[in-house]
Amino acid sequence: MKSYHLDHLDYLETEAIHIMREVAAEFDRPAILFSGGKDSICLLRLAEKAFRPSDLPMPFLNVATGHEFPELIEFRDRRAKELNAKLIVRTVDEAIEKGTAVQAPGQISRNQLQIPVLLGAIEEFRFDCCIGGARRDEEKARAKERFFSFRDSFGQWDPKNQRPEIWNLYNGRLNPGENMRVFPLSNWTEMDVWEYIKREKLEVPSIYFSHQRRCVRRGGQWVPDSDLMPAKANEEVKEIVVRVRTIGDIISTGCVESPASNCDDIIAEIAAARVTERGSRADDRVSEAAMEDRKKAGYF
Amino acid sequence: MTANHPIDLLRFNTCGSVDDGKSTLIGRLLYDSKSLMEDQIEALERSADITGGGQINLANLTDGLRAEREQGITIDVAYRYFATPHRKFIIADTPGHVQYTRNMVTGASTANLSIILIDARQGVIEQSRRHAIIASLLRIPHLVVAINKMDLVDWSEERFLEIKDQFEEFLPRLDIKDVKFIPVSALQGDNIVTLSAHTPWYPGPTLLGHLETVHIASDWNLNNFRFPVQWVNRPNNPTDQTLHDFRGLSGQIAGGIVRVGQKVMILPSGFSSTIKQIWTLDGLQEEAFSPQSVTLVLEHDLDISRGDVIVDAEDLRGASSDLHAKICWMNPRHLTPGKQYLLKHTNQTVKAAVTSIENRINISTFDKEEGITELAMNDLGEVRIKTAKPLIYDGYAMNRLTGSFILIEPGTNATVAAGMLLPPTEVARPEYRDFAI
Repeated sequence: MKSYHLDHLDYLETEAIHIMREVAAEFDRPAILFSGGKDSICLLRLAEKAFRPSDLPMPFLNVATGHEFPELIEFRDRRAKELNAKLIVRTVDEAIEKGTAVQAPGQISRNQLQIPVLLGAIEEFRFDCCIGGARRDEEKARAKERFFSFRDSFGQWDPKNQRPEIWNLYNGRLNPGENMRVFPLSNWTEMDVWEYIKREKLEVPSIYFSHQRRCVRRGGQWVPDSDLMPAKANEEVKEIVVRVRTIGDIISTGCVESPASNCDDIIAEIAAARVTERGSRADDRVSEAAMEDRKKAGYF
Repeated sequence: MTANHPIDLLRFNTCGSVDDGKSTLIGRLLYDSKSLMEDQIEALERSADITGGGQINLANLTDGLRAEREQGITIDVAYRYFATPHRKFIIADTPGHVQYTRNMVTGASTANLSIILIDARQGVIEQSRRHAIIASLLRIPHLVVAINKMDLVDWSEERFLEIKDQFEEFLPRLDIKDVKFIPVSALQGDNIVTLSAHTPWYPGPTLLGHLETVHIASDWNLNNFRFPVQWVNRPNNPTDQTLHDFRGLSGQIAGGIVRVGQKVMILPSGFSSTIKQIWTLDGLQEEAFSPQSVTLVLEHDLDISRGDVIVDAEDLRGASSDLHAKICWMNPRHLTPGKQYLLKHTNQTVKAAVTSIENRINISTFDKEEGITELAMNDLGEVRIKTAKPLIYDGYAMNRLTGSFILIEPGTNATVAAGMLLPPTEVARPEYRDFAI
């Protein structure tokens, strides 16, 4: 007998497609935030699922720090082209030049500086909605985030005063100047993302897989050795086999020592990280991976 | 890892305050199912050393917002995730005191199952009844009554049965078919993941065992085909010439099964047609079912737009602009009859006014209180609503997706109410019943 029952990935997929289509139907000028990272790669596949055979009815927006891994930029541009989508890139460098983003003295990381760039792009293109790939399992505070996350005219999130979300009825109504952030992957976990990438045979940037890299030991983790923040004399530098678990700036992205060279390996690695016995230190890799997982990624 | 692949997904909600042991229960499920990451455990152990006298405080896992940690309260519904080799789980975790009803309704709206925690020392209290009544109103198919802190009543089977009787006393007033009673100690982990040696009189299953096996495949309506059109899919400049005349209707199947060749009717217009294709990115399908998201192509090129509904030609549904519904009021500004709101139902938003409040449901006794002039935040009541155009809908009991709505306040755009429709009294009268193609 045929089963009329969805498995967990099918369920998460149909939920996300429904949300994508609500955005297309209810907003005038939506955009998809596409960084080239694994979560936003899933977003693009979901957009294809939602809107094909039509063209994707919204452009891609990337807020680039200028400190990205080159592999990521190459992948981002190629993927947008393959999907025949319009890619808008706004950079922190431009914003610094224009004076809309100001670097604090001594600050090298540009994570914070993405915020004014994003808000500037929203204003420039009059986007009323930005679809992002953030997930609730990433961070404790995000566990309370909505699918449709309302932002006031200053782009602010007020976690104490969110619109209740009931059934699959999303309230996307805005007054002029206000903005919505929509997170179709809210209910996805890191494991779901990799299982989906595997099932859909999605290409991801090569740095997610095991590769040889010169790394610097900094703040308890391995980060890529780069010209942006050269290793100091007292810092340990080593050529090791690593992969990245989440992608941020090249200077702050932790590299995990890992031999995982394909999706199956990564899924096994994540599963192992989750079943590690309490308190045990089976190996450092697992604990580093866990640490990495806590990091808030990118824009939000 | 394929052998360990989670096969499906169960959504459940828990509700209660720290003193019920709710956070401890969730923490225990995450902890014992090994769903916590190393860093989370380390953080817990660190806080245990400092504040917990060596005992891990599993409640520390659940409060995420800074304000919550500062005030030691839970503000909002939080969602948590864990998986076992058999299933993946989404927990909607709602606080017990602040905004109880509003949060509970939100968390319950997407749940297959609800866990009610009862303190074995106290037995069934008002909050247990409220919880059960809301679960029943929201039509959560499965209920688990976890009788907690059994260690504090010496694992007494007698006490367990006594509480079970108390609970079963008011069950007939509710509409919940599947109820499971489980004696547990969340703090010590008894009957949560492994069967307890303290309860030889309890044959099982454990709480997690039950969550992993409870039958949820029938929780969606697969009998009555309903397809609210969400987005019209019309390629602009297709490079593929075969797509030149493509006109697809995209949406999520809200009920039933659809097959190629099936005769359908489009409401409210009443146009008839036949399903020509079920289009997906993964190829054309012969059939599709709720809650899949698909794109339907009909035999005829008809004027169809967002908000229209496609149903089986033999199974028309109700339509009316006079609605009778149970609502949960969710805004600090009270509901006063006559005021205009926006009503969102499936994929359309229409103007609406609440014409009268019929009663308020006392969620402690389930009694209906009449002569009510307004509903305040967290009140539940039955109301009459007039909409600017007829809605095509089902009773909430038949279909959660086509029988529910929200009310939005114009101006502030706040979501002020969640509504569950009572069954329509008449079936849809298509505008052009005799329209022949």
